[in-house]
Amino acid sequence: MRNTSTLALFFGVLALTIFAVAVVWPSDPGRYLPGDFWPQGRGLKIGDYERETMRLGLDLRGGAYLVLEADPPPTYDGDINKALDGAKDVIERRVNSLGVSEAEVQKASGNRIVVSIPGVSLTDAQNQVGRTAALQFKVYNENGDLVPATGVVNGQTIAMTGQYLKNNTYPTTQGTLHAVAFETTGIGSQLLEQITSKALSYPAGALPRYLLIYLDEQEISRAQVQGVISSNGVITGQTSFTDSQDLSRLLNNGALPIPLKSIQSNEVSATLGEDSVVDSVHAGEVGLLAVALFMILYYRLPGVLAALALGVYTSLTLMVFKLWPVTLTLSGIAAFVLSVGMAVDANILIFERMKEELRRGRTLNPAIDIGFRRAWTSIRDSNVSTLMTCLILYWFGNQFGASLVKGFALTLAIGVGISMFSAITVTRTFLKMVVGSPLAKNHWLFNAEETASSSSARTAETRGG
Amino acid sequence: MLDFAGKRWYYLGFSMIFFIVAAVALAIPPHLRAGIEFTAGSSFTMEFTAREVKQDELRSAMSDLGHSEARIQGAGPNTYLIRTKELQGAPRVTDALAEGPQLPQEGEIDRITEGLRERFGDLNRKDFSTVSSTVSSEIVKNATLAVLFASVAIVLYIWWAFRQLPKPFLYGMAAVLALLHDAFVILGLFSILGKWRGTEVDTAFITALLTVIGFSVHDTIVVFDRIREKVTHDPYIPFEEAVNASLTETLARSINTSFVVVLTVVAMLLIGGVTIRNFLVVLLVGIISGTYSSIGIASQLMVAWENDDIGRFFRRILGREEPEAEAEPA
Repeated sequence: MRNTSTLALFFGVLALTIFAVAVVWPSDPGRYLPGDFWPQGRGLKIGDYERETMRLGLDLRGGAYLVLEADPPPTYDGDINKALDGAKDVIERRVNSLGVSEAEVQKASGNRIVVSIPGVSLTDAQNQVGRTAALQFKVYNENGDLVPATGVVNGQTIAMTGQYLKNNTYPTTQGTLHAVAFETTGIGSQLLEQITSKALSYPAGALPRYLLIYLDEQEISRAQVQGVISSNGVITGQTSFTDSQDLSRLLNNGALPIPLKSIQSNEVSATLGEDSVVDSVHAGEVGLLAVALFMILYYRLPGVLAALALGVYTSLTLMVFKLWPVTLTLSGIAAFVLSVGMAVDANILIFERMKEELRRGRTLNPAIDIGFRRAWTSIRDSNVSTLMTCLILYWFGNQFGASLVKGFALTLAIGVGISMFSAITVTRTFLKMVVGSPLAKNHWLFNAEETASSSSARTAETRGG
Repeated sequence: MLDFAGKRWYYLGFSMIFFIVAAVALAIPPHLRAGIEFTAGSSFTMEFTAREVKQDELRSAMSDLGHSEARIQGAGPNTYLIRTKELQGAPRVTDALAEGPQLPQEGEIDRITEGLRERFGDLNRKDFSTVSSTVSSEIVKNATLAVLFASVAIVLYIWWAFRQLPKPFLYGMAAVLALLHDAFVILGLFSILGKWRGTEVDTAFITALLTVIGFSVHDTIVVFDRIREKVTHDPYIPFEEAVNASLTETLARSINTSFVVVLTVVAMLLIGGVTIRNFLVVLLVGIISGTYSSIGIASQLMVAWENDDIGRFFRRILGREEPEAEAEPA
């Protein structure tokens, strides 16, 4: 019964699949497919739009992964959580200066920061993250050269840096002026007092009258000294409150506001990641082919349709991975394999039911409907329980920064969701397309012909049911 | 119709053998050989590209470098996986007390790499990871909690999904017992593999375990769904008969589905990389065990409960009179 809605669904599925294949088609298919006649490259470039590449986790593309934990000294009395927010900003800036795309810096529970940087070695990553941040105070000397602002404490010349500045600066207004208020810490008050006194000894407007603040060798503030500052003061001269806010944030985050220690680190070389990807894709291809072959041999015509539906399923799932985008890891690939099993399982459940109905002498169309209806409860319940498990795992993974578990849960959930669509809508539409054609009359094609064994099975079923 | 329920003691007994073997294996130390994620430590993979390096050479080289505790395992052609105690490869990431620019600290791992390069020529550090003890204990705790939470949620859901049936709670319990059976079998297997071949339990193992749990419940629910259908359709059907009919009718499906997943897993085992091999072994065993447990455990436990087998067993032990004949329908 090829009615209009079946036809509409069929072409809808067809269009969706073509779109999905276009989205997931690899830029370099030669790596995954035999032969060299496949279309290559990332396809059309329309304006700013270029086709996405699959986002791969560190285990698949190589890179460094670091878990840092706040390691405050026993005397620390600040707000650790706030300090960590600051530390995260600092690390983000330092990591971004490496120029690597898709580096991630995230706060995790237990006063932790998780850093993942693709494509660099662990040593580089650690040097970059743990680099001495330089929030430096600078002044001009008599010759007009920029030199670190220093003071003398206990006979030692010490430079004024971010470590003598409390990270609690805040934007404020002084009359009509925008300003950032700050406090010094430790010997900072002595240093700043000496520096500002010295600057004040020059006439207003002269270069040495200025105090400059540099963050990682970049000027972030330049202000004339107006008076002697010791334990607290303000920096004026910003043009808007937002500017004051920005400066305050930079001052607060100049140095890592809290000592961090590395508690977990991981490095995967790019070649190992590359090998894993190619191996997994090859294995996936062979696995899918084997499954398709089995389905065709065992279920015959419905098996062919299920194999086609499996193709639809695979391309749709990969498309969602790419467009979401889901960061694909080895555990995610495993989840995908499992979801293939579940997608096929839904088909198997339906076909077994359908076969029972055909053997009871029903024609194909009602057999399809009854088969789907009776298989639905078990598909629903088993998949809902899997989705629930995914939800719990995802929550746990998120809560404890276990990206492995989280990625697994997300990939499996997406797979299960799409597998329900593929088993129910796609396979059903394909089957309905067969109804009414000469194929539908041939019970051999449905592996449901009356044989001695199947008629005995039928008696068993009638007795059981 | 095949008689599954009548032979439930064979099924449960068969599982009991595995259960006892697993329990014995787990009772003998080392219970499970824990990977660095669980014990704290460092591990790295070295591929030697200049010349062939023997495992013994590498071991003595590691001793020379001050790591006599290193455990070395082959991981591919001329490639070795080396595990050591926690390397101070991770410099303290802090600059709070820094005065002026600091030299980048050289981690211990860099020293080892250099040392090995001096001895064996060019090499390739394929991966490196280090885990401190703070994290390792948490991973175990969180994974266990996740499994327990998931189990409770599954019991509750099945309870709800089977609420029209008598004793819906039991269905949930039976499904979870089957799941725990599968988890236990895998733990036992890895305990044995750990003793025999030094196979370690790592985070990939945990993921595989979670996968198996998902599969096991999935499989059990399909069988229970049939039982639900039979019992709703004919409330007076003897429970054993309902179970037998359900198992017979879902048998082809159970075997086919498992076979399909096994096919993909075997393909990955044969072609896929070394890194996920343990993971796939867990999956393979778990799926077979999961299929078995929904037939041989989850369903049979329901029958055993329905027939008050445990009560009868104790009455027999205590030498009381059997209240009814023990004949079971064939």
